[in-house]
Amino acid sequence: MSTYTSTLGGHHYRFDSLARLLAAASPERSGDRLAGLAAESAQARVAARWALAEVPLARFLAEPVIPYEDDDVTRLIVDTHDALAFAPVARMTVGEFREWLLTDAADAASLAALAPGLTPEMVAAVSKLMGNADLVAVARKARVVTAFRSTVGLPGRLATRLQPNHPTDDPAGVAAAVLDGLLLGSGDAVIGINPATDSPKAVRELLELLDGVIRRYAIPTQSCVLCHVTTSVDLMERGAPVDLVFQSVAGTQAANASFGVTLGLLDEAYDAVRALDRGTVGHNAMYFETGQGSALSADAHHGVDQQTVEARAYAVARRYDPLLVNTVVGFIGPEYLYDGRQILRAALEDHFCGKLLGLPMGLDICYTNHADADDDDIATMLTMLGVAGASFVICTPGGDDIMLNYQSASYHDALYLREVLGLRPAPEFEEWLGRIGLLDEGGAIRDVTGTGHPLTAIGRELAA
Amino acid sequence: MTNRHLAAADTSDLALWSALRRHTQARIGLGRAGSALPTRHRLELQAAHAAARDAVHSPFDPGAVAAALPGMPMIRVRSAAPDRLTYLQRPDLGRRLNAADRAHLPRDAWDVVFVVADGLSSRAVHDHAAVVVRETASRLPAWRFAPVVLAEQARVALGDDIAHAMGARLSVVLIGERPGMSAADSLGAYLTHAPVPGVTTDADRNCLSNIRPPLGLSYETAARKLAALMGRARELGRTGVELKDETDHGDVRKRLL
Repeated sequence: MSTYTSTLGGHHYRFDSLARLLAAASPERSGDRLAGLAAESAQARVAARWALAEVPLARFLAEPVIPYEDDDVTRLIVDTHDALAFAPVARMTVGEFREWLLTDAADAASLAALAPGLTPEMVAAVSKLMGNADLVAVARKARVVTAFRSTVGLPGRLATRLQPNHPTDDPAGVAAAVLDGLLLGSGDAVIGINPATDSPKAVRELLELLDGVIRRYAIPTQSCVLCHVTTSVDLMERGAPVDLVFQSVAGTQAANASFGVTLGLLDEAYDAVRALDRGTVGHNAMYFETGQGSALSADAHHGVDQQTVEARAYAVARRYDPLLVNTVVGFIGPEYLYDGRQILRAALEDHFCGKLLGLPMGLDICYTNHADADDDDIATMLTMLGVAGASFVICTPGGDDIMLNYQSASYHDALYLREVLGLRPAPEFEEWLGRIGLLDEGGAIRDVTGTGHPLTAIGRELAA
Repeated sequence: MTNRHLAAADTSDLALWSALRRHTQARIGLGRAGSALPTRHRLELQAAHAAARDAVHSPFDPGAVAAALPGMPMIRVRSAAPDRLTYLQRPDLGRRLNAADRAHLPRDAWDVVFVVADGLSSRAVHDHAAVVVRETASRLPAWRFAPVVLAEQARVALGDDIAHAMGARLSVVLIGERPGMSAADSLGAYLTHAPVPGVTTDADRNCLSNIRPPLGLSYETAARKLAALMGRARELGRTGVELKDETDHGDVRKRLL
């Protein structure tokens, strides 16, 4: 392990490892303070950034933040690193890398080619030297396109996850919320339910409900019931209509163990869902959720700051060519991200890091009621992430999730974002919206809530 | 043009959505003003958020709980978190008693100590905790109850510190849950056998959540379930996954609630 030093304001600062340096260079956030990893002062934080700027990118390959022997995520990162892809930036320091990313030389093609050569620690490091606007400017240039029955991540497009959760998984309640979302033009990334229980029977019932709606109206989208990966494997063996396999993942082996997953289990699920091959325009069939704080919450962070360990979760995700990855950015609570300002910063960091590593990044832009945030913070985050080119956002009825007890973006928020930034839905879904009479002549979602609309047959049947 | 369309369909729409709302509390069929929410729904959301925020930040009033439990001995304590701001950012401090309070806790061979803790919603505690204590205690006449401890800026695990210091065999922490927009007054109950601070984990506890009549669990049901769990905990000599199998490998979002 090396020592990293810098002098600022007449003080000499010393950081005893790359992990300590990365943590000290992170913007102020409650989770790092809770973990005892935050810089001891504002000046120490900037001193750490000066030192970090001079670290060669190649150093991150030589000094893993968690030892190779102790952690299978480290082994995954090291063993799959693509030296050839890394070559164009191999001689740069972190500071030089930041500047290169901001130039025109770093365009969509060169960023895509570079992705397999970057490690999570490198992208986390460079993000710590970037301002919020830098994070937007660079992420906007990176494009990751994936597909199943719809195509996600194309320039000028914004997809949405329609999230019709219900506290008791009541099929009628879920179907009513699906109808509401579809009428507001939502659901092209996925129609995805967080089930209230993980029981295979309940999950299967919801899968069949969503599959029925998708087939009945020939909707070019995919469903997902966000159960544990082992439940999905079990259900696939029994012939349930599984489009995407979901799993929450984290950036260390121990944190993944706290979710009850291993890389071996994910490999097994990946093979099973690829074999089903239910996609039409593409074959990306995995869906991952992540979020800063989960490793700390599981006491499995190994002294690595919460943003760096979050970026490591993306190394797990990218092994499986996912259709969708989203950070549930403000979900856990203020002990990890205290207020709207910290949540916004984390959202921009996560999106930037995921995109640079080659992932189809979306966000659940959200907060809990004990965090210092409100619906204006949602609007600010949405706007910045829309400009940054997020692949998709999660939308709930009225922005209020009645099962998970937190606030997220609403279907209306997604309409706003598409309108102000001129963004359109996924092409296949947009074509369907037109076919089913939900687009006006300008291509915007018509204000249709009329009972005469064919989709509302779902509603009339439920209401009867 | 779109507004005219809406107006034409309005009556039947209202009927459709009000029929659908029987199936879910989700905020469906809200209508639109341009792309945004109509004013009424925007303000309703803000009102719900305000109620939840106020629940998080309303100060705990131990006197109100004490007054609702006449004749029961009470002790007031505070965690090591000096104020709400610190409490929200430092769960580790909310799990520890401040040293001065620990020294004053009476030690004896108590069967159980009830800890009434503000948690994230003191409103839940003010509204529901005293009745749950009374109804549960009345079902266990032979038990030796420690004085009820009223704890401020408290997390669930503060009960470990309290029970350990008092020598109680079981702790029952009644605590205000994280408020959602549709429920700002939900009370949780956590049972832990022979807790030891820093050793006991969440896997060693049993939990009853959403005590919140009339929409959530009723007092009668909560007290009956609690008393039964307490009895079984005493027989088994433990709480947690072995007392009631709750192996839940749910996704990250549910696990971290």
